[in-house]
Amino acid sequence: MRRFFSLRRLAALWKKEVIQMRRDKVTFAMMLGVPLMQLILFGFAINNDPTELPAALVAPTQDHYSRAIVSALELTGYYRFVYPGVSASEAERLIASGDVSFVVTIPSDFGRRVDRGDRPTLLIEADATDPAVASGAISTLGTVASEALLHEMRIASRDDANPRTHLNVIVHRRYNPDGISQYNIVPGLLGVILQMTMVMMTSMALTRETERGTMENLLAMPATAMEIMLGKVLPYLGVGAVQVIVVLGAAKLLFQIPFVGGLGLILMGVLVFVLALVLLGYSISTFARTQMQAMQLTFFYFLPSLLLSGFMFPFRGMPVWAQWIGELLPLTHFLRVIRAVMLKGSGYADVQASMLALGLFVVFFALLALARFRRTLD
Amino acid sequence: MTGAAVDVSGLVKKFDGKTVVDHVSMRVEHGEIAGFLGPNGSGKTTTIRVMCGLLIPDGGGGTVLGYDLRQRHKIKREIGYMTQRFSLYEDLTIAENLDFVAGLYGLRPARRYVRDALADLGLTARRDQLAGTLSGGWKQRVALASCVMHNPKLLLLDEPTAGVDPKARREFWDEIHLRTENGLTVLVSTHYMDEAERCHRVNYISQGKLVASGSVAEVIAESRLTTWIVDGPHLSDAAHLLSGKPGVDEITHFGKTLHVVGRDASALERSVRAVARTTGVHAQIGDTTLEDAFISFMTNGEGGAR
Ligand SMILES: Nc1ncnc2c1ncn2[C@@H]1O[C@H](COP(=O)(O)OP(=O)(O)O)[C@@H](O)[C@H]1O
Ligand SMILES: [Mg+2]
Repeated sequence: MRRFFSLRRLAALWKKEVIQMRRDKVTFAMMLGVPLMQLILFGFAINNDPTELPAALVAPTQDHYSRAIVSALELTGYYRFVYPGVSASEAERLIASGDVSFVVTIPSDFGRRVDRGDRPTLLIEADATDPAVASGAISTLGTVASEALLHEMRIASRDDANPRTHLNVIVHRRYNPDGISQYNIVPGLLGVILQMTMVMMTSMALTRETERGTMENLLAMPATAMEIMLGKVLPYLGVGAVQVIVVLGAAKLLFQIPFVGGLGLILMGVLVFVLALVLLGYSISTFARTQMQAMQLTFFYFLPSLLLSGFMFPFRGMPVWAQWIGELLPLTHFLRVIRAVMLKGSGYADVQASMLALGLFVVFFALLALARFRRTLD
Repeated sequence: MTGAAVDVSGLVKKFDGKTVVDHVSMRVEHGEIAGFLGPNGSGKTTTIRVMCGLLIPDGGGGTVLGYDLRQRHKIKREIGYMTQRFSLYEDLTIAENLDFVAGLYGLRPARRYVRDALADLGLTARRDQLAGTLSGGWKQRVALASCVMHNPKLLLLDEPTAGVDPKARREFWDEIHLRTENGLTVLVSTHYMDEAERCHRVNYISQGKLVASGSVAEVIAESRLTTWIVDGPHLSDAAHLLSGKPGVDEITHFGKTLHVVGRDASALERSVRAVARTTGVHAQIGDTTLEDAFISFMTNGEGGAR
């Protein structure tokens, strides 16, 4: 029997954890129920296509063309022009304060350009902080505006006009330079769901033994800190795998999220991420003395990681100090990997930095937990 | 192996500045059953935990099975420790618990070790019962099975029979005696006097200090107590009159007799005879029991024999 590490001892610890996990019906149900519940909740939020969003119109010269475009936009149901005639600076203030979600600017030379047969320009600024809000409205904009213009020109019997060159629509997605779209949410959700269950479950790993009094027996037997750690966290890789299948399957079937990149790379990212998570949870359990403390520490980690990882708010839109904190969260790096690979089809080289960061978390949390592990009852 | 199975000296353990184990020295010879006695909170569990490497002593040291106390990993593999509180997994069955333990000790084939351990302790019929659903006596058997499965050289048993019915207690002790015949050394803490009498040697600890150790006869002799057994009518009157008289340290009711115990034999005799004359009770000299000795050690605290 080896002194420092023995596969047989690890296997015994692993088997025991799996049996306990299986017998704990509530926890087991939660591990599968939580991802499904979250997916459905978030899924509906995503499918909810908001309408009647407040908009401001900046149109120094209000002619029949601009009126036609504005009424066509209102007819789509997405826009409601609550500020139909404001100056550019007023509009800037309105969108910054969140009073309007859109600012539509029709330049003063718009009518002249149409009449001249030039290519007129239409500028739309969208508050893209909430991607679900902006995307539906923006996607309809180009066609609706062009059609309205075309229609208006036919009335003016300018049927020589070529619709293809008629309108140049410039869209500015404000406050969301990464261009987070609703597609970004579901891959991100995979990270959040994994994080929630993995960290929460493993954060109880040692405190549960201590509270039930089984720690004394465990420590009296020849298991090493490394074996106990691996025995406690490895069973959760299996749980993680099931969750990944559930979420990715749902992403494909329910929400038609595209899979552009390689599945292998996605799974590799998930594996490293889950390892980092279970070791983080286990580290928490070496700090906590009771299960209650473990829960509190876990939530102490959850909140910043939801807010500062780029899951809820675009990462590059955050103040620099917040970005620095974000860099210290595994979720941030996982989101970069999964979004890049799933949505943009990035290869390993593109996500290498984030992968390495995740790998560093694995090493760091493992060393932290081993250093913190109490080999005695002192 | 040379030397004693347990040979520790000057052990000190403090919790938050409070000294719980105070310079305890103890020897347990190979193949003997050593009793470890003392009232609740006197430091028995803490001393045993230090011996099996679960607590690091603040002072003192020694060897267990020839290994220094600091060689925890080596000690762990050769001892069996049965905790005071049941500390196997209640959500695992008996067989699963034993299988887990077999795996940790690297016993191969685990299945056979588990089967033999179950059979040895009469647990085979209950092998698939969850440990949490067992009664005290059965839990204690499972705990014993799990700590002897790897054939340890030394067993440390912490109040193994607390809350167990007398029949199960007797069976448990028979089992222990059987195993020591095959060379096993046992250190067992208890506060049952009848159990102390089944030990080859006893060690008595009070408020963290070891106040007596030796064979039962030695400990009794060491206490230098004289015991008078008083019987007859009006026992309670006699007890009343005796209390506080010169030489009378302790009066205990035992059914229809009184045990009157004192360290000063001649003063005690005078007091007992005087009371016997006035109340008409019958008094004769008797054997001092281990319990009398321990009560005397406890009440005399530090002043006890060593
Ligand atoms: N981990 C601990 N922290 C603080 N005090 C402790 C701890 N363990 C035991 N004690 C205290 O040490 C004393 C001796 O306890 P213990 O060794 O369990 O006695 P015994 O086993 O003889 O009943 C008790 O007063 C107990 O409260
Ligand atoms: Mg105790």
